[in-house]
Amino acid sequence: MSAVSFDGVSRHFGPVRAVDAVSLDIAEGEFFAMLGPSGSGKTTCLRLIAGFERPSAGVIRLFGAAVQDQPPYRRPVNTVFQDYALFPHLNVRDNVAYGLMIAGQNRADRHRAADEALEMVRLSGYGARKPSALSGGQRQRVALARALVMKPRVLLLDEPLGALDLKLREQMQDELKTLQRQLGITFIFVTHDQGEALSMADRVAVFNEGRILQTGTPETVYFRPDVPFVADFVGSSNILPAPLVARLTGTHAAAALRPEALRIADAGPLRATVTALSFLGTATRVVLEAEGTRLTALLAKGAPRPAPGDTVALAWDAGDLHLMAGA
Amino acid sequence: MMRAFSDTLWRRPRLTIALLLAPPLIWLGVVYLGALAALLAQSFFSIDHFTGQVNRDLTLATYAELLRASNLDIILRTVTMAALVTLASAVIAFPIAWYAARHARGRWKALFYLGVMMPLWSSYLVKVYSWKLILAREGILTWGAEKLHLAWALNGWLALPVVGGNSLSVSATGTFVVFVYVWLPYMILPVQAALERVPPSMLEASGDLGAKPFQTLRHVLLPLAMPGVVAGSIFTFSLTLGDYIIPGIIGSSRRFIGQAVYEQQGVAGNTPLAAAFAMVPILIMAAYLWAAKKQGAFNAL
Repeated sequence: MSAVSFDGVSRHFGPVRAVDAVSLDIAEGEFFAMLGPSGSGKTTCLRLIAGFERPSAGVIRLFGAAVQDQPPYRRPVNTVFQDYALFPHLNVRDNVAYGLMIAGQNRADRHRAADEALEMVRLSGYGARKPSALSGGQRQRVALARALVMKPRVLLLDEPLGALDLKLREQMQDELKTLQRQLGITFIFVTHDQGEALSMADRVAVFNEGRILQTGTPETVYFRPDVPFVADFVGSSNILPAPLVARLTGTHAAAALRPEALRIADAGPLRATVTALSFLGTATRVVLEAEGTRLTALLAKGAPRPAPGDTVALAWDAGDLHLMAGA
Repeated sequence: MMRAFSDTLWRRPRLTIALLLAPPLIWLGVVYLGALAALLAQSFFSIDHFTGQVNRDLTLATYAELLRASNLDIILRTVTMAALVTLASAVIAFPIAWYAARHARGRWKALFYLGVMMPLWSSYLVKVYSWKLILAREGILTWGAEKLHLAWALNGWLALPVVGGNSLSVSATGTFVVFVYVWLPYMILPVQAALERVPPSMLEASGDLGAKPFQTLRHVLLPLAMPGVVAGSIFTFSLTLGDYIIPGIIGSSRRFIGQAVYEQQGVAGNTPLAAAFAMVPILIMAAYLWAAKKQGAFNAL
């Protein structure tokens, strides 16, 4: 049985179709990412699961039961909000214990549970502080503890790492993954950061304009995108237009080619002019132009580096050129 | 010259602040605090009841007079009225402020501000006298009650001791209604400002954690709106404590603090007792604010 399933779910705001006939199945225990640019409908989907929005059409099921007419407080899901939404008038322990207080648990029990949850997110000893006295990363962990203490069957995370700096973000990615594996509950998170989605999730759904364009494992959406949008959004693939691909392979379809799959070789099927170079530390990014198409190549350390203005030959392994259906 | 002056201001921000704050601080210090000190001093003088002269020896005799049963009655009546007016204003203001802060957009929001502020444009006396007509025995309320066959309820209420009277316009109930009407905008605006600062995600988080709407109201929204409610209640409470015009026009002949001050320093010429009366609202407000702070009303600030 799937933890969450959408059956033709739409959410319209006036003339805007924020979510447009989305169908979706998320398995129990899965770490699922909803990836897309802002305004693509991913956050609205998350809010539909939590119950903050009601669908204009369609059925939403949680563990088989239709919930689209249930208010948030009846659903077995909890949310970590993008702005954390910690209650400023309560200290950290009472924030974490809030849900248990509402559920009628006595003070001693709920404080014990809150302290355990704080320990799980490595914030023991912070219980008496006010949220305003914490850093962004700490607040985020309090928000996480406050949701997890409710023992939800599905945890929803809205851009959970968006407000953190790079280093903290990488650390939290690892922590979230470990936590999800330990607890074994379904995590659904929304992000616009493809790196985050690919590194954390078991499966990724790529959203654009209220629709899901592709759902699959990180490897699938990265290496075998169905449509050019996915190829471009998930890791900025080069997209070769159909006429060019037809000349190269004989098949008339757009194709995706990862920047790291491109090599500068002595001879190759495509000649290109180097327009810019940028040093990224572990690799060098080269921007080229070939027959009116802008291409990006990532050259590994040690590979010969061309200079801007050079004309070079480009080569790749046949298997790396991925033909796509939609053009 | 001007250039050198503005450059100096730019280099010395503290000087800028000092220059900006000096006039209001001098005004506040001399005119307001000075007057308050004079008032306080007056309340420790006494009056010679034979000559009518103020005796400038410090004494607590005036305060002893303040505690006489008839004067305590006035104080108790005023404080009870102020508390009830504040409570009613808060209860009426909250839904209006909530609507304006959360739901009203664009033209509806403009309409809200207009609706709340417009009564403040017309004279307070005009409004009070209009209410005198509305509440009179021949007024629209009595007429409406008769048409709705509710005259028995109105008459029953007016027959009650303390709150009743010959008609609404000469009853304590009438005084209460007009006080609430006149001070309501001073409650709505700060509550609305406080509610507007509560992020919607805070309420969603509460619901997400299992709280039903009423629980969210009690555990999240009210605590976060408290600074606004307290700010509004400072207005409604202190304005009611000090007012002498409304109970003079609408209500029974039982007096309020404001009327007592007016009579003592005007008709009776007993300035020390008037000053002692005037100290009562100040002390009550100080105690009220202290208690509100103790209760954590300002924690969300």
